[in-house]
Amino acid sequence: MSDTQTLREWLLTETPTSRRHAKISAFYQGWLTLRSNTMAMIGLGILVLMLFVAAAAPLLAPHDPFVQDLGNRLAPLGTEGHVFGTDSLGRDILSRLIYGSRITLYIVALVALIAPIAGLLVGTVSGYVGGWTDAVLMRITDIFLAFPRLILALAFVAALGAGIENAVLAISLTAWPPYARISRAETLTIRSSDYISAIQLQGAGAFRIITKHIWPLCISSLIVRVTLDMAGIILAAAGLGFLGLGAQPPSPEWGAMISEGRRFILDYWWVATVPGLAIFTVSLAFNLLGDGLRDVLDPKAGE
Amino acid sequence: MRAPLLSRLWSILKPVLSTLASIAITLLGLLFVTFIIGRIMPIDPVLSIVGERASKETYDAVYLQMGLDKPLLMQFLYYLWDVIHLDFGTSLLTSRPVADDIARVFPATLELATIGIIFGIVLGVPLGVLAAVNKGKWIDQIARVIALVGYSMPIFWLGLIGLLIFYGILGWVGGPGRVGIFYVDVVPSVTGLILVDALLDGNWDVFKSAFSHIVLPASLLGYYSLAYISRMTRSFMLEQLSAEYVTTARVKGMSEWDVVWKHAFKNIRVQLITVIALSYAGLLEGSVLTEIIFSWPGIGSYITTALLSADMNAVMGGTVVVGLIFILLNIFSDLLYKIFDPRAK
Amino acid sequence: MNLFNRLLTSAAIGTAVSMSSFAAYAETPANMLVIANRIDDIITIDPAESFEFAGSDVSRNIYSRLVYLDPLDLEAGYKPGLAESWTVSEDGKSITFVISEGNTFESGNPVTAEDAAFSLQRAVILNKTPSFILTQFGFTPENIAETIKAEGNTLTITTDRKYATSFILNCLTATIGAIVDKKTVMANEVDGDMGNTWLKTNSAGSGPYKLDSWKPNDSVTLSLNPNFSGEKPAMERVIVRHVTESASQRLLLERGDIDIARNLNPEDIVGATEAGGVKVEDELKGHLMYLALNGNHPVLSKPKVRQAFKYLVDYAGMQDSFLKGQYTTHQNFLPATYLGASTENPFSLNIEKAKELLAEAGVEGLVIEAGVREAQERIEIAQTMQNTLAQAGITLNITVGTAKQILGRYRARELDMYVGIWGPDYPDPQTNAGTFAYNPDNSEEAGATGFLAWRTAWEVTPEMNAAVEAAVTEGDREKRVQLYQDIQKDFRDTSPFIVMFQRIEQSAMRDNVMNFSTGQAVSSAAYWQVTK
Repeated sequence: MSDTQTLREWLLTETPTSRRHAKISAFYQGWLTLRSNTMAMIGLGILVLMLFVAAAAPLLAPHDPFVQDLGNRLAPLGTEGHVFGTDSLGRDILSRLIYGSRITLYIVALVALIAPIAGLLVGTVSGYVGGWTDAVLMRITDIFLAFPRLILALAFVAALGAGIENAVLAISLTAWPPYARISRAETLTIRSSDYISAIQLQGAGAFRIITKHIWPLCISSLIVRVTLDMAGIILAAAGLGFLGLGAQPPSPEWGAMISEGRRFILDYWWVATVPGLAIFTVSLAFNLLGDGLRDVLDPKAGE
Repeated sequence: MRAPLLSRLWSILKPVLSTLASIAITLLGLLFVTFIIGRIMPIDPVLSIVGERASKETYDAVYLQMGLDKPLLMQFLYYLWDVIHLDFGTSLLTSRPVADDIARVFPATLELATIGIIFGIVLGVPLGVLAAVNKGKWIDQIARVIALVGYSMPIFWLGLIGLLIFYGILGWVGGPGRVGIFYVDVVPSVTGLILVDALLDGNWDVFKSAFSHIVLPASLLGYYSLAYISRMTRSFMLEQLSAEYVTTARVKGMSEWDVVWKHAFKNIRVQLITVIALSYAGLLEGSVLTEIIFSWPGIGSYITTALLSADMNAVMGGTVVVGLIFILLNIFSDLLYKIFDPRAK
Repeated sequence: MNLFNRLLTSAAIGTAVSMSSFAAYAETPANMLVIANRIDDIITIDPAESFEFAGSDVSRNIYSRLVYLDPLDLEAGYKPGLAESWTVSEDGKSITFVISEGNTFESGNPVTAEDAAFSLQRAVILNKTPSFILTQFGFTPENIAETIKAEGNTLTITTDRKYATSFILNCLTATIGAIVDKKTVMANEVDGDMGNTWLKTNSAGSGPYKLDSWKPNDSVTLSLNPNFSGEKPAMERVIVRHVTESASQRLLLERGDIDIARNLNPEDIVGATEAGGVKVEDELKGHLMYLALNGNHPVLSKPKVRQAFKYLVDYAGMQDSFLKGQYTTHQNFLPATYLGASTENPFSLNIEKAKELLAEAGVEGLVIEAGVREAQERIEIAQTMQNTLAQAGITLNITVGTAKQILGRYRARELDMYVGIWGPDYPDPQTNAGTFAYNPDNSEEAGATGFLAWRTAWEVTPEMNAAVEAAVTEGDREKRVQLYQDIQKDFRDTSPFIVMFQRIEQSAMRDNVMNFSTGQAVSSAAYWQVTK
């Protein structure tokens, strides 16, 4: 017992003994703040649950998500063996939902990796180097910002062909400019700080300064933004799936499932409603978590 | 005397010119990217015209007629040349000048976006202020949930369900489309905004019909802006309420109402207008999915349909209009900042 | 706060207005027909250029033709239209039409033989997509002055060979046979386009209606042609509104906001009939749903593999589930009700038999790609195929794309398998025989993209090509029927086409709508005979 108490004290210390200690301590305090935010914890809980469901999909799914049974199509909610009923081709909706969580996570994870990193790269280089580079990069950013987002994604998918990977690229393409803007703004403030001038005087190169000193400082505001964007990414992916340009059949992508089910919305409303609720739940979870994270990581936003 | 005048003139002109230049460059880039996408897209614009049946001869004739045999850069330059002369070309799908098409579809989007943003402002701003004033209390939590739910809803799904409930079952609102079908073309189109046209014509039946059709899609779009606006309002207000002058005012015994509305709220106006301008720009892009669900003939579905048939004149025309609006609203809010916000000076 | 208060008040007023529009049940005006349909395929309404479904509907109601199909009596075939009678020359190569008196265009100009000749010549000269319907008779821009000739009140057309007269007249019932007002059209000519640009968005016909407006992807509005010589139609105004979603169409219909919904899916048809006040009319259309197997594919081109695929389609399963009531199993390239159409459907799902055939052909671990356009029923057909093919050890990957994307790849012979729909162009068996079963030169260079057989890279045997050519000139009806029966039998067994279903159009309408016709397998929708 006394060990854990010491650990707690060590974590909450006011006088850190090393840089690492200070970091861990700050992290722990952040976690405590986050933990006190019930809503954020609910969001986190849902996401952890979803991760679990996606990982254990083969064990959890009662049926093969691809097996058709034309004789038992559009079975209602609560049918024996099909809790959420069956779709137009007689496939078990629950099983498709469970497997679909993998696709959703896959898309979200990839976009959340690609877009912020691309934005970070453009933004920091632009902000640090300045001059013409800045002007050109920012103009490009503006061009992509001025594009209607879904239309840019649509055009891109139409150009490369439909499919999950292309949907991911397309969504990333529309998602990076705001990150570039944010990290440029941060870079501008950091660049003029004494701290960076000191390192410059020590003879550090631009590459080293950007990667070792500027990026770490931009990360926290990016994380908040990414978490808040996750919901948007899920909705965009679902929108592409809804328009038939995301995952290809018979893949159980949630947006595509809504699109398939919307034909029956009047008499067999659950076919579209169940995946709709799934999308809603997950994106709400991301929003709850993001909102809480903002309180922790970005207190100056006043929330 | 002359030189200083000139230099003063220049100091006024310079920012204007550089703004204009940056608009021009952005638009040019926008056009170029769209053009490239259109050309590498494996959708054949010729097939949009000649259709499934066409023989090779018909196909080839149209191919040449469209100038598709020329080098890409030349095609782009030809297009630019026309655009500079304000000619956006003819749409393949509608057989009309793109400019006419946009003049027809844009008002539909404008009408929807405007009602939507009004909805968002009217409910979002008070909600945000309430949440900020009652920070941490239950009303704040409710406001938070309302906003986050708005962020998280797939709008195409909500649209379907909304249509089913409010039109199909309850019959409270009009169905898909802008106006009841037998009111189509009843009032002369002056502004293209049916609500306004109906008022100008004094035709209340058409107005009622149009209003009942716009209520549902506009509130759905409005809900999304409400979510954004209320969150931002809350955060701006919190910043103000924790400022010293507020404490001073309270100490002086000013009523809470005056503190909140006359001081704090007054100070967030500019920031708020920026937020509203941005979300208005978002709505004016045309919410493709909402337009599809509600059979709303707006610019979003116009560009999408054109895109899927490689009708690039229409896509580029539409993109330029949308891009221009976005840029102008951005510049507008930047200007507001420069004029009103002392910190930006 | 002032502004805020004002906004709040106006919002309250707004809500009140919307509440007062609570009208539970609306009704369309008695003299107006309101239809919900998908009309996004209309890109032109110039009859010399228009070829898609919704465009043909517009054209049929605006323009009259030399010969006419009566929507209330389609079985009778063509009847005299603007031509009151016709005679065939002894060598069988010329037909002379006598143009009837007293017909007028919407402009007030009388309909003359001159207008008729101009309309057909114009279609040949403009050389737009549907022009092959006329040029297959040997008309060229060079010879039309001689081959399509007006004299007094008669019009004579001379073909390059002797064809079955019924074949020629059937072709003239198509959209391209529309007679336009020469004076009006030429008055609107721009840069020698024979009025093409103008006619794309305007009408100049002598039919029961004239075009008020066509708003792309939105609506088409027709009103009475004041100069129409026939009986005055009961429906004085017709509005066709573009509504994509079946659910939306059904809601509009059930609430009485429209009279006819044309794109309800099977589930909504069932739902709408239960709602009361709504009836459903079925019409067998000419559209065929088919699969095409690429002849350039080393495995798919094997005759036994083609056979095997024909046993791997769950015809009954699909017909009775998601296609219920809207498609019926049909395995021949001539749609039922067409002259000579075979009604034999020998294939059914038989996985064992297919496996045997595949084994005999030495096929193992086959992986192919199917191109499907973004239309739900086709995607479901493809997924059902994926399922049955998997049971026979074949992996099918589905690529969904926009219509033009998939069509482009099909025309370029790039797809292993294509899921398509084909609708006849005119009510004569040649329309399908000449594209499914005819391919004189299968080489890449030929580029005969107009032929489905070429698109799917099928080397049609010389015998079958010859049979198709013979059938089109055969004057004797019985012999012609027999020829088509033989071609269809051979086609069923050897072709790389798997014709699966024929379409049934289910129009759901309010109880009081009478006599609506979508034109069955031979024509398009007609509105002038509708009453309610």
